[in-house]
Amino acid sequence: MYDFAYHKPASVADAVKLLADPDTKAISGGHTLLPALKHRLNRPSALVDLSGIAEMKGIRRQGNAIVVGALTRHVEVATNAEVAAAIPALAYMAGHIGDVQVRNRGTIGGSVSNNDPAADYPAAVLGLGATVHTSKRKIAADDFFLGMFTTALEADEILVAVEFPIVDKAGYAKMKNPASRYVMAGVFVSKAGGAVRVAVNGAGPCVFRQADMEKALAANWSADALAGISQSPDGLNADIHGSAEYRAHLVGVMAKRALAAAG
Amino acid sequence: MPQVTLTVNGQAHTAEVEGRTLLVELLREKLRLTGTHVGCDTSQCGACVVHINGESVKSCTTLAVMADGANVTTIEGLAAADGTLHAMQEAFREYHALQCGFCTPGMVMSAIDLVNKHPDGITEQQIREGLEGNLCRCTGYHNIVKAIAAAADVMHGKRTEIARAAE
Repeated sequence: MYDFAYHKPASVADAVKLLADPDTKAISGGHTLLPALKHRLNRPSALVDLSGIAEMKGIRRQGNAIVVGALTRHVEVATNAEVAAAIPALAYMAGHIGDVQVRNRGTIGGSVSNNDPAADYPAAVLGLGATVHTSKRKIAADDFFLGMFTTALEADEILVAVEFPIVDKAGYAKMKNPASRYVMAGVFVSKAGGAVRVAVNGAGPCVFRQADMEKALAANWSADALAGISQSPDGLNADIHGSAEYRAHLVGVMAKRALAAAG
Repeated sequence: MPQVTLTVNGQAHTAEVEGRTLLVELLREKLRLTGTHVGCDTSQCGACVVHINGESVKSCTTLAVMADGANVTTIEGLAAADGTLHAMQEAFREYHALQCGFCTPGMVMSAIDLVNKHPDGITEQQIREGLEGNLCRCTGYHNIVKAIAAAADVMHGKRTEIARAAE
């Protein structure tokens, strides 16, 4: 790992000022950035540690939504009583990210900002139709995830919280790589009134919505509705862990499991 | 260079580090606490697990500067001053929960956090799932799981000694 300067601002405004320099990078839990720096995939001149910013912490109920501060660690979302009562699928998802030690350090802000195709959080954000709060604006999930490791965030813009609407039903299922525990293919489903969302992670270069499944489940919220639908392997990821065809097949299987979990 | 002040195994330390210095490097190379191991160095194997403020973390994926002000416990901090082992260490010895021993410090630290997080008792399934961040290439995990179950009973006050004869 190359060396870097280290800053620990106490406010979002100060952090944004430091991040205006394009050679700086933000860090919170560090469980994605530090491995990347060890591989010398990146060479920032300075790291801006966000972990001292109080306004980015905490979980709160706000109207018909749960708002999770960007610095909230996965273990906190997984074990929070309010999250478990309002959106149990979100607590389940957070409790199955990586491993215990990853969950003790990794944060929602880091995971969502990084938009790793094999990360869990983007599926929940897109699958629940959440709203991303940044230091500048609010961005709908549908407009946030732009491509592999790419989001709508600008260089000097920080994710400060994610607002998850409380839905009628939601469920998440994934097939994880047994060694790395990253997602091979995962599906997050939700239903709010007549609106159904099906978000797929792990399978493609970026989390995406499965429109055929959404349409079928909106008409008939049951596994039977998914019976005739097949995910196309076109454009899906293919690597030593699995072919695009295998991942496409997994999408169908995970969708049924997610639906069963949602009830 | 940044300065870090932290408490390790009850003792206060101040050290000059680089921004890039990992917590495990501070522990091993500056404080000479070499019980904490580096296995994969990619946050997967768990040989480097220590406690920060009572929670298990992978010290190969934590910057030393980010542990400023923290209370860190390593494997060296578990035994009593007179050498009496922690119940978890004693259980690993009694149940032959190690062969080469390389993963053991991390296993023990993760196991203690796991048992502490289940004050009402812990099932074999919960132990196996709770070890997902620690890899062992020798034992097949079976004796590690048995050791943790026995130590959990002692830590929870359900039995008084680790010895297998107590079963």
